[in-house]
This record gives sequence, structure tokens and C-alpha cells, in this order.
Amino acid sequence: MAEYKGVMVCAEVSQDKLSAITRELMGCARKLADDLGEGLSAVLLSSDITSLAQEAITLGADRVYVIDDPLLKDYQTDAYVAVMGKLAQQVTPRIIILGQTAVGRDLAPRLAFRLETAATLDCVELAIDADSRRLLATRPVYGGNALATFTTESQPQIVTIRAKAFSPAEPDTSRQGEVTTIEAGIRPEDMRTKLLERVTEEVEGIRLEEASVVVSGGRGIGSAQGFKQLEELARLLKGALGASRPPCDNGWVPELSQIGITGKIIAPDLYIAVALSGSSQHLSGCSGAKNIVAINKDPEANIFRVANLGIVGDWKRVLPAFSEKVEELVSG
Amino acid sequence: MNMIVCLKQVIDPETPPASFKIDPQSNKIVPPPGIAPVLDPYSEYALEAALRIKDAKGGKITALSLGSDLVREVVKKPLAMGADELVLLEDEAFTEGDSWSTAYALAMAIKKLGDYDLIFCGRQAADWDAGQVGSAIAELLGLPSVTVAQKIDISDGQARVERITDDGYEVIEVPLPALITVSNELGEVRYPNIRGIMAARKKEPIIWRPADIGASASQIGAAGRRSRLLKLWLPVREGECQMIEGDSPEEQAVNLALKLREAKLL
Repeated sequence: MAEYKGVMVCAEVSQDKLSAITRELMGCARKLADDLGEGLSAVLLSSDITSLAQEAITLGADRVYVIDDPLLKDYQTDAYVAVMGKLAQQVTPRIIILGQTAVGRDLAPRLAFRLETAATLDCVELAIDADSRRLLATRPVYGGNALATFTTESQPQIVTIRAKAFSPAEPDTSRQGEVTTIEAGIRPEDMRTKLLERVTEEVEGIRLEEASVVVSGGRGIGSAQGFKQLEELARLLKGALGASRPPCDNGWVPELSQIGITGKIIAPDLYIAVALSGSSQHLSGCSGAKNIVAINKDPEANIFRVANLGIVGDWKRVLPAFSEKVEELVSG
Repeated sequence: MNMIVCLKQVIDPETPPASFKIDPQSNKIVPPPGIAPVLDPYSEYALEAALRIKDAKGGKITALSLGSDLVREVVKKPLAMGADELVLLEDEAFTEGDSWSTAYALAMAIKKLGDYDLIFCGRQAADWDAGQVGSAIAELLGLPSVTVAQKIDISDGQARVERITDDGYEVIEVPLPALITVSNELGEVRYPNIRGIMAARKKEPIIWRPADIGASASQIGAAGRRSRLLKLWLPVREGECQMIEGDSPEEQAVNLALKLREAKLL
């Protein structure tokens, strides 16, 4: 009976680099490995990624498994599940951690079920239980209205972590580690879905996830035209435009502007929420903001429970005056 | 096209956050009094995806729901929207499961239903937000899966799916039969029309218990769980919101700008 030991991170590669969430994965996983007194391995699956192995070591990996195969160049469910599954059966890690990304949310469940274990997705907190040494995984539920902690008795324990929920690892170039190359061993005929095209939707200006200021609107904005004012304010503040789900569903703003549990998770320095009620689903996406300003004509709006500054008033009157004053202050 | 859609009855996700309460004895959310349960919105998008294919290509849609004491007005809504058949896995033994034990029961029911070309699920359910049942069903049935779809077109025994990524979307081709999970980016869900509502009233759901689907008691519901819920709680929101004063909205706006400047946030 194999002994399950160590923490394994499924690193993500994006445009020939380790993706942003990989640093957070390594920061999170290193801490868990240290708490357990066990090793940390990182897995790199893609094509032409051998050079990234050293970077994974500087971020905390004791060992890196490199599975470099042209068939793995783009994420494909069957291939990645098969390769990760085989590796997990070989290495028998206690814990496998992935990012809650387009890849992770597809790969983690299917991998867990392939390995006859369970996954817990979108975790915001992970801890090792001192007695049982089981992983305790905490995640938001009920649209972010509640928090729940889960554990599993089966091995390995698989989790995905929410973006920006964990501190990224700082690279330490003095770190040493081992690199092991593994054959993918997959055949094209086992890959049942085919990627025909990848479309990147360009958003003008600063990316939502990177902006230090975000101006966001909700259902109360009422139209695409209304959002133009918010866009203008965002530009003045050198920030990005965001929205809750209803404006996206209504086509007033691009879908990519959506902030919330099924949209982007952001943590800007300043979040200005305009005519936005502050549903838990939306707050899940922006509660990491350091400062939240709310403008809403409903004094009972949920957003006021999380904002630190607020105006109860009609945004149609507040916003133009606010933008005007802001313009005066930033240019003066 | 023979399609199966999995739908879930949930506490209304539009319930005001302040109305959420937890029963510490049972470690469960207390259904807010006076607020009726609804169909999980993501499963409605899954149904809408199936209905669009039925509009384009014809076919049959079977709606499938699992739970206990299911509210007929809620679970029959798919019939009113255009689904042809409703199957309920209604038994307490099916409940209190995790993604795995729930998917197992649904997969057993799907096996009993027989032939299908497509299975649709919501990307996650708006109560537990786990986002795994679809993938689990696909794994159990040995099917290819495509998750978080915003558009699905069918031709020549293949589905062409637009799958949402972190910065746009991918176009994926998958042979049928397949399982697809659907996201809200699919677009507007249709309302039931009068004819649909009348038809739904007359149609009785097929009800299956564990024995009807050959489900092993140890693998369904609470008994079949692979993950355990240890703790459920409501986060405490700390901090006060400082309300900006002013004799008019315009004055409040100016004061806000000044306050932010003071705090070096501008």
C-alpha cells in the first residue's frame, strides 16, 4: 500500500511563462508542505517548458516533474487527466493543488473522480489538521453568503485555490531542486475533444485583474450608455471598468468585465461601486479590495455592509459631479 | 437529438444576504421564510441550451432532478419551458450527498433512460457552487465533457462548443454523445408560455427511488459522500461604512472626491 506523502502543485503555463496564479499556488503549497514536514513538487505539463523548471524551484519546489509533449501544448481534458492521473498514481502525493482557472476547474474534478477521490474547488483557505494531518479546505458557498470547510478521507486530497486568496511565493534563486522528465504516454486518439480555435478578447486599457482602481456598475446603471460615464471615470483614475452580472447579461458591457464568483476575482486598492446592490455573488469577486466606495440610492443596499465610504444618492447626479471634481484634483 | 438536462431546486440565490441563517445543530442553511425555492439559474441555462438545439434540430428533452420533497411548481418548470419529460429522483436517501454521490445517482438514472446524444448540466449549482457534478457524470458514463459553455451548435454528430476561458473563449469540437456544462454567458433564458404552462399542468413526472435505478445505498446521498462538511458559517462583516454628507448629491460627490484625495487614493 503506497504511502501518500508530499504536496504536488499543477503549475500553469501561459504564453511560455509560469502564469500568475502559479506563484500563488507555490506560496500556498510551500506553507502546507512545511506544516506537514514533507516535500513539495511542481508539475509542468505543456510543450517546450523545460526551461521553466528552474523557475519552479526558485518558487519553492523541491522537485519538478516536467512532462513536455506537443500533444500537451494546449489544455485538453482527456490528455491532462490521463497524464496527471498516471503521475499521481506513481508519486502518490498526499495533496494536489491547482488554480481555480479555466484549466483547474475542468481538470480538478475529473482528475479526482478518475483517482476515486474528491476535489474541493475555489478554496480561500487551506490548513493541515494537527491531529489527523488531513487538509481542511474552506470555500465560499451559497453565492458567497456562507463559508464551508470540507475534508476528505480519500487520497490524494485535491483542491483548487481562488485567485488572489493566497500570497504568492517570492523567488529565491539560491534554492536547489531536482528535475525529473516524464513521458506523457498519450495518444491523439485518446483525446476526444479537439481545440479548433482560441479567441482572446481584447479589453482596452488596463486589465481588470491588474488595475489598482476599478469603477464598477450594477443593474441600476440601466444601459450601455450609462456605462460610458463609468468608463470615462475609470480612464480619469487610470483604472479599469467592471460590472456585476446583470449588466453583462444585458449586454451593456462586455462579459469579460464581470466581477464575481463566475467572473473575475480582483483586489484593487480602490473599488468604486456605482448603482450596484452588492449581492454576495458579486462581493465574492471584489471583497479583496482595500477600499470600497459605494454610490447607491437605496440606503439598505447590501453594498453598504462592506463599503468603507458611501453616498446614498442617485448615481446620475452623483457621478458627473464626482468625475468633474476628480478631474480637477488629478490635473490640478 | 435525444437530450437530458439535469436541474436542481435550490434556495433562491436572490435571497437578501441578511436573510441567510444557519442552523448550528444540523450545520445547514435555514431556508428563508416566505421565499420560495427556485430552479438553480445555471441549470436553467443548461435547459435553455437544450431548447435552442431542439428548436434548430428537433428532438426530445428529458429533465432530471434529484432531491426530496421537491416543489412541483419549481421542478415542473422545465416542462413549461419546452422539455418533453420529467424524471424525479425523489427520496431522502438521495439527499445530503456531495458532488460524487449526487452524480452517481444521476448517472444511474441516465443509464436507465437509455439512449442520449447530449447531457447538459449547469456549470455549478447556486447553492453549494461546487461545480463538479457535470464532470463526475461524464466520468461515470465514460463520456467526453466540455465545461463552461456559452454557445453550442450541432452538426454531423459533433457539437461545436464555445468554452469560456480566463481571457476569452475556445472553440471545441466534441463527438456525440457528450456532456456539456453551461454558463450564464449563453444568453437569455426563455419564459414559459401559456401553452407550455398548460401542458406542464397535465404532465406527471416519473418518480424513481434508489431501487428503480439499481443504485447501491452506500453510494448515494449522505452515505456515498467522499467529502465531509466540517463547518458551515456566515462570515461576519466587520467595519463601518462612513456615509458622506452633503446638501445635495452634487455636494456629496465633491466631498467624496476630497475625502479620497485626503486618503491619497486619488
